[in-house]
Amino acid sequence: MAKIVLENLAHAYGGNPQQESDYALKRINYVWNDGEACALLGPSGCGKTTLLNIISGLLEPSEGRVYFDDTDVTHVPTKDKNIAQVFQFPVVYDTMTVAENLAFPLVNRGFDQAKIIPRVEEILDLLSLRHMANVKAKGLTADQKQKISLGRGLVRQDVNAVLFDEPLTVIDPLMKWELRTQLRALQQKVGQTMIYVTHDQIEALTFADRIAVMLDGAILQFGTPRELFERPSHTFVGYFIGSPGMNFFPCEIKDDRATLVGQNIELKESYGEPIGKLELGIRPEFVSLHDRAIRSEGLPVVVESVEHLGRNKIVRLLSGDSKFSALLSEHADIPKHAVAQFDADRICIYQDSHILDGEV
Amino acid sequence: MNKTWNNKAWWMVVPVVLLVAFSAIIPLMTVVNYAFQDTFGNNEFYWVGVEWFDDLMKSDRFFDALQRNILFSCIILAIEVPLGIMIALSLPKSGWKVNVYLVLMALPLLIPWNVVGTIWQVFSRSDIGLLGNTLVSLGFDYNYTRDVLDAWITIVAMDVWHWTSLVVLLSYSGLVAIPDAYFQAARIDGASKWATFRYIQFPKMRGVLTIAILLRFMDSFKIYTEPMVLTGGGPGNSTTFMSIDLVKMAIGQFDLGPAAAMSLVYFMIILLICYAFFTVVTNMDKADTKTGSKS
Repeated sequence: MAKIVLENLAHAYGGNPQQESDYALKRINYVWNDGEACALLGPSGCGKTTLLNIISGLLEPSEGRVYFDDTDVTHVPTKDKNIAQVFQFPVVYDTMTVAENLAFPLVNRGFDQAKIIPRVEEILDLLSLRHMANVKAKGLTADQKQKISLGRGLVRQDVNAVLFDEPLTVIDPLMKWELRTQLRALQQKVGQTMIYVTHDQIEALTFADRIAVMLDGAILQFGTPRELFERPSHTFVGYFIGSPGMNFFPCEIKDDRATLVGQNIELKESYGEPIGKLELGIRPEFVSLHDRAIRSEGLPVVVESVEHLGRNKIVRLLSGDSKFSALLSEHADIPKHAVAQFDADRICIYQDSHILDGEV
Repeated sequence: MNKTWNNKAWWMVVPVVLLVAFSAIIPLMTVVNYAFQDTFGNNEFYWVGVEWFDDLMKSDRFFDALQRNILFSCIILAIEVPLGIMIALSLPKSGWKVNVYLVLMALPLLIPWNVVGTIWQVFSRSDIGLLGNTLVSLGFDYNYTRDVLDAWITIVAMDVWHWTSLVVLLSYSGLVAIPDAYFQAARIDGASKWATFRYIQFPKMRGVLTIAILLRFMDSFKIYTEPMVLTGGGPGNSTTFMSIDLVKMAIGQFDLGPAAAMSLVYFMIILLICYAFFTVVTNMDKADTKTGSKS
């Protein structure tokens, strides 16, 4: 178990990068604390797997360094890095039984049988695979195979970190939930540093203490689920986290007043007179609808559609030519002639997609 | 429900039946026909029953040739398969070099059999051949036309030179088809090179290796042209394989009946061994899957 430090890390496939866009991974400086459960969240092709493979040593970065605690491990071969990694698609050793598969990482590192057997049994129980311990791995179903891959990732207790690369992709939804919960519980019990790559925000939010949201090879924000929800530091984070994502309105700002869709909105903080592309962001959870006959201030809206989610409903709204949504309780009334109001505490202001700090 | 029976579709099969009949069944049946008859020329044939088969089973000449065939196939399989795998393992996985290597590898496969025989015939001659003469001038008493062991070594070397590439190409195709994730997982799991071969590469290559072994066995068991050109079956009968003997019998001595009987037995042996080998390998696969799928 170790703290993982990334220092000026960057990577370009094929080497010899000429410009910013040649980099699959752009200059990253981050620290993963020892024993922390982290997630790397982002759309396909954003560099999550590249970053993971650099940490595990499967890739050597073009620039920068990786430290485990205080040791520079940038160019240490995978085998000596003592990392466990679980891949997106199941990798099992066909000719071995389930138990032999689980024991393989231990056998390779020369542990003796007296230590291996109880550890393998522990993992078999954890993944409820005990009844097939002596079955050949070849004919198993994809999700059984993936469980074995997971097991091989967890079987060594002395690893510096366990890395998961979208490990639950091939697992069916019910099992997914169960395994994720088990992983989380295990992480909390053992306190291993775990890094979990996913493009599914629910997976990231439920698994991790802190989440790094990535886009185009850069980490946009690295924070707790709450920080990502309440104060996304980039419009992409706001849009990517939450369902539906954050609403954004192009606006004009003067001091503590925002003008959008012809309406003035009071802000809690003062921003002066910022220039550039300005946007006001508000989560659908903090949009409320009122009857125009009772309250006149707010954005006059037309209700376009309503999606029922069970406990909640998503109301798709149109104001001027801005489309946005509100997340209301299933029982909430939708007035015929409605105005939308924003919870002033929850408004974030963005300048060229990056969050802007105001003064109280 | 009333089904309309219409068998006209069977006529569609006629072209294939004709083709197969003329290309395989009728020639084969002619051989079967000869195998039970004797002739003294003039197109007169006499029924002899199983006499030729009876003779064959009592003939040392046949069993000696059969033993030579089996020995030869075993030797070249024991050399070509491991050697082919080793070469395939050491080839790079990508890059322009791959194409160069593969083309170089494929060259011997493109050379006609009798040309291969001629090349080696000249190459190994102890008076003028590059190999033969070099060996002699180094002090070896090498002469493949006189010494049985030398003749065998030369034939085996020729076959290894000619056919190892096939095993390489098949093994290589099996190797590059293995997803990268397996090798990454092996590195993470700390597997040694040997363990990676033993648990990933070899099991994943089993399918193509089965084909390679089958092809190499069949071809080596049928070998004719190369030793015929190189040694003509000698010295003595020491490199007379079944095919060479068969041709001697059928065309040299014009013993059509015994030759037909021998070729049928020869054919059956190849068929039987291939069938047995294939069944064993596929059953191994099935057994694996069966124990695997019960859960």
